[in-house]
Amino acid sequence: MGAREEGFDVAKLMTDLVASLRSEAAPPWEGRRHVLDLDDFSRAEIERVLETSDRMKEILARPIRKVPTLRGRSVLNLFYEASTRTRVSFEVAAKTLGADVINVAASGSSVEKGETLLDTVRTLKALGADMLVVRHKDSGAPYTVAQHVDLPVVNAGDGLHAHPTQALLDAYTMRERFGHVDGLRVLIIGDITHSRVARSNAWGLAKLGAEVTFCGPPNLLPPTGLCGEKSKMPWPVRVELDLDRAIEGVDVVMPLRVQLERQEGNRLASLREYARDYGITRQRVAHAAPHAIVMHPGPMNEGVEIDADVAHGDHSVVQDQVTNGVAVRMAVLYLLFSSAPGTRQPLDRNGLVSANGRNGKEAH
Amino acid sequence: MTRTRIRNGRLIDPSQRRDEVVDVVLVDGRVDGYLGATETGQFDREIDAMGLIVAPGFVDLHTHLREPGFEDKETVATGTHAAVAGGFTTVCAMPNTNPTMDTANDIVFVIEAGRRAGFARVYPLGTVTRGEQGKALSDTSEMAQAGAIAFSDDGRPVYDARLMRYALTNSLKHHKPIVNHCEEPQIADGGVMHEGRISDLLGLKGQPAAAEEVMIARDIELARQTGGRLHLAHISTEGSVKLLRAAKRDGLPVTAEVTPHHLTMTEEWVLGNVDGGGGTSPRPGPYDTRTKVNPPLRREEDRQAMVARWPRGWWTSSPPTTRRTALSTRTAPTTRRRSASLGSRLRSAA
Repeated sequence: MGAREEGFDVAKLMTDLVASLRSEAAPPWEGRRHVLDLDDFSRAEIERVLETSDRMKEILARPIRKVPTLRGRSVLNLFYEASTRTRVSFEVAAKTLGADVINVAASGSSVEKGETLLDTVRTLKALGADMLVVRHKDSGAPYTVAQHVDLPVVNAGDGLHAHPTQALLDAYTMRERFGHVDGLRVLIIGDITHSRVARSNAWGLAKLGAEVTFCGPPNLLPPTGLCGEKSKMPWPVRVELDLDRAIEGVDVVMPLRVQLERQEGNRLASLREYARDYGITRQRVAHAAPHAIVMHPGPMNEGVEIDADVAHGDHSVVQDQVTNGVAVRMAVLYLLFSSAPGTRQPLDRNGLVSANGRNGKEAH
Repeated sequence: MTRTRIRNGRLIDPSQRRDEVVDVVLVDGRVDGYLGATETGQFDREIDAMGLIVAPGFVDLHTHLREPGFEDKETVATGTHAAVAGGFTTVCAMPNTNPTMDTANDIVFVIEAGRRAGFARVYPLGTVTRGEQGKALSDTSEMAQAGAIAFSDDGRPVYDARLMRYALTNSLKHHKPIVNHCEEPQIADGGVMHEGRISDLLGLKGQPAAAEEVMIARDIELARQTGGRLHLAHISTEGSVKLLRAAKRDGLPVTAEVTPHHLTMTEEWVLGNVDGGGGTSPRPGPYDTRTKVNPPLRREEDRQAMVARWPRGWWTSSPPTTRRTALSTRTAPTTRRRSASLGSRLRSAA
């Protein structure tokens, strides 16, 4: 019985959502075609994602987690690199909004026969994709796709370069906990050189007014962050080599995964060295601010960059990050479908009302 | 006797210290003199070069004609055809073919192929070590007699310093330069662009300037030790220029080459933060795969050092390598360019 009522509530919610989105004077996502990284986002655009995510989160809290906003649109998940949480998160986000989702992994596809990335994407576009979510092991791959194929592209992680939706969900999680991101002291620890999460967070958090510090072993920090080239780091962040000094009083502690599969040898003497100098232990968290939160983009190597009791302890918001990831990706898909020129728009307010008016079970 | 007049062109000929608009007179294909626009004469043929540059045939010290073994990429005929299209009448061909240029027969094969094609003069290089494996020296004396112009394991450095030393000593016998590919592979470590601010920004693996400079410093000291004839391929950094100037001050028999793109382009091009070719062309955007070259495009300071501080009398030029792989990143579709030599590039840029 409750389910049917909820169905109507969802429709009303979406109506309110669409109305409120349209009521704002200057839509900050006007004309945006792709989400490749946060470096070309304005603060207003990022805040728009965070506000929209609030509403998406309400939808996810309902017993019936489905709205027809993107019904009839298809979202293509093209993953050239292993992924569980990001791929599933995008899939759940798109399906919750009513879109059709096509998942293509590199293994088992014509990629294995040597088809190029661009030819694969052109083929999939011809098969009816409206939006592409792409993950690739090479930095810049989504840019190449965006330049050469007429499809809106969402970057789900490219090589060492960017992971914008992760940075957005991190910002959203901070905002949820603290009420704001402005002025927060955020410490990102570990393998910065190989981290697209660190790069995108550096842009996103800086634009929202947070104070970001990178901390890690010298051989895993960007070369420009070290001696000699200090002034040339491309992001407005500080660098600190000593974790115990860096962690003092910070609001957010974000260890990155030690990317065992990307270690080229010789950068680190051993994981023991890493865990001793840069592992996040309960003792170290005690030196952060009392209200500090501990985040992790996952998957975690417990006992290396983060101790199990911290990962699952009181300060940890790791599970919130995963849950919020769905809401943030819903917001990104919704906003991009609304803004990308030439893309079929989400069902408008009337469409929503009539769809649900004709058939109250539409939302199921 | 055939008399030809090239009218109205801008003549640039450094060997004659000329840069002026003047008509050039050719007799049987050789320069016979110059005429003002109003001067008259009897000619069998007149060519109007209004708005064009007239220059002596260019020499390309560093081409990859890919034959034998990689005819899918390039052949002696396609490469030299492209060369003359861009004004290059002499090309030196690198020996990283398959099989590599290890013997006199290999050298003769390429010279003959160039002669048959009939476009540009072709001077092949031989390998320094057999198969470019870096294990054992090639018979450079035999290849020199067959017509090899120099020796190189291009595409990879002669990594073993002891072999490099002996190769340089051997050059005292055949008087041909040893051309080293200036890259310390452990430091370069697979980097795809210059290591610095922009590689950090783009998340691309960088290749630090030290990868080139370490190898150059080693080779200069070996040239000092042996008195051998050293030529350094495609140098690209400010530090390399400093090392070369110091070597020249010491009177060492060392020469070097720089590519046109290292004289004109910088790492900013990888970011796409440049004018996309003038006028209405859009900016190319980041990760423009055409900017992936080895050695990588460097900083503006490096470019300026190449332009301003190149030692006088050392000016030698080199084209970009024309490898398909050099024109594409792993993420990009590989472009098949049979003849993407400097010549065709200059033409397309003009």
